[in-house]
Amino acid sequence: MPLPESTSTAAPSPAPRGLAATCVRQVKRELAIARRRGSEWINPLLFQALVIVLFPLGISPEPALLATLAPGLLWVTALLAVLLSLDALFRSDFDDGSLEQMLLSPQPLPALCLAKTFAHWLLTGVPLSLIAPLLGLLLSLPAAGVATLMAALLLGSATFSLIGAVGAALTVSLPRGGVLLSLLILPFYIPVLIFGAGAVNAAIVGDPVAAPMALLGAMLALAIAGAPFAIAGALRISVDG
Amino acid sequence: MTVALTGRGLACERDERELLHGLDLEVVDGTLLRIEGPNGSGKTSLLKLLTGQLAPTAGTLSWHGQPLARARADYRAALLYLGHEPGVTASLTAMENLAWSAALADLRVDAAAIEAALQTVGLYGFEDLPAGQLSAGQRRRIALARLELIPRPLWILDEPFTALDRAGVAWLEQRLLAHRDAGGAVVLTTHHEFAPTACIERLRLGATHAAA
Repeated sequence: MPLPESTSTAAPSPAPRGLAATCVRQVKRELAIARRRGSEWINPLLFQALVIVLFPLGISPEPALLATLAPGLLWVTALLAVLLSLDALFRSDFDDGSLEQMLLSPQPLPALCLAKTFAHWLLTGVPLSLIAPLLGLLLSLPAAGVATLMAALLLGSATFSLIGAVGAALTVSLPRGGVLLSLLILPFYIPVLIFGAGAVNAAIVGDPVAAPMALLGAMLALAIAGAPFAIAGALRISVDG
Repeated sequence: MTVALTGRGLACERDERELLHGLDLEVVDGTLLRIEGPNGSGKTSLLKLLTGQLAPTAGTLSWHGQPLARARADYRAALLYLGHEPGVTASLTAMENLAWSAALADLRVDAAAIEAALQTVGLYGFEDLPAGQLSAGQRRRIALARLELIPRPLWILDEPFTALDRAGVAWLEQRLLAHRDAGGAVVLTTHHEFAPTACIERLRLGATHAAA
């Protein structure tokens, strides 16, 4: 290694990059990590696909029965798939010290948390919504419900990611936080589940879907406004403990 | 003066065990403070106090005369912290790790600057390998490349010499002294002995807890 000459300390300070650019970099980092690790974003998809494939085998292949079950089943499996992915959200960053670096950054922590959660949604909620029509086909989901199912899952899974990240942040320093995490956040998932499955059912029978979709949107808006601050606070508590 | 960190009467408890009590310290431009003490004497806890990650159970910390809690944004913009775990993500390459570090530090740096920093720490040719495939010493060097890449007046380093080879230790020692001589401040914990001519300040912790 060469000895230090007049390197960084004497060099003119690089220009600041701004919060937006930092958040973009944070999202890119999460996507790069997911690309290298693979299993983290494939596992929830695989889980949902397996449950949906096995269900008709276990219950009955009758299309009429499956069509009644389809909206609720697709929503419950999507919820559980998100839940499975949450424990890993902050775990490796906590273990390798990256989380400390985030906490000590001069950038506002809630914005970094929002970027990280957005990446989590891109890697779980969006793929789950995209394969939902295919899985719906396996359950004989009526065609009238498909578009609503995708839209409702996109909205609802974003709320899942945001609420779930609060729980993941609270339990990241616990050695086996997974169970506690599920218990903590499941009650908050239930309204999303009810209105999400309700929207799909309404679309199938031809009722207007505006009301349940608006409620899903309202819950997401509330989560976007509040969750980043709760995640940041929870992370500070976890690291302090 | 760019660095003015003052602690008065600091105390810290962990799991109902008193680690620090009535500790005063002053870190200003040109300070190179080495925190010493046996394992479990609270060295890492003290660094976490100083970085604001832990709240002291008693006493005050101030930055340029303001309580640390109120001057947090200014303080973080002046601080470079390398923790016990160096914050290097195993599945990212050295380049990606440092690009993220620079983004967190709110700096716009180009690939050439990152490559230059990696070259300085002796990782030339390793910039596109995932950090998980490198040795512990090389991962530590990725973390140390932040010292080159991110210009900050106050360095707080937890065991920065861990896993470095002899050449790396010599380089880091020179780098710390050069930073001090250029007007920066360094607070570190280490079991490494500096050259007797280095003239550094020492703070000894946990003399009462010392092993028999």
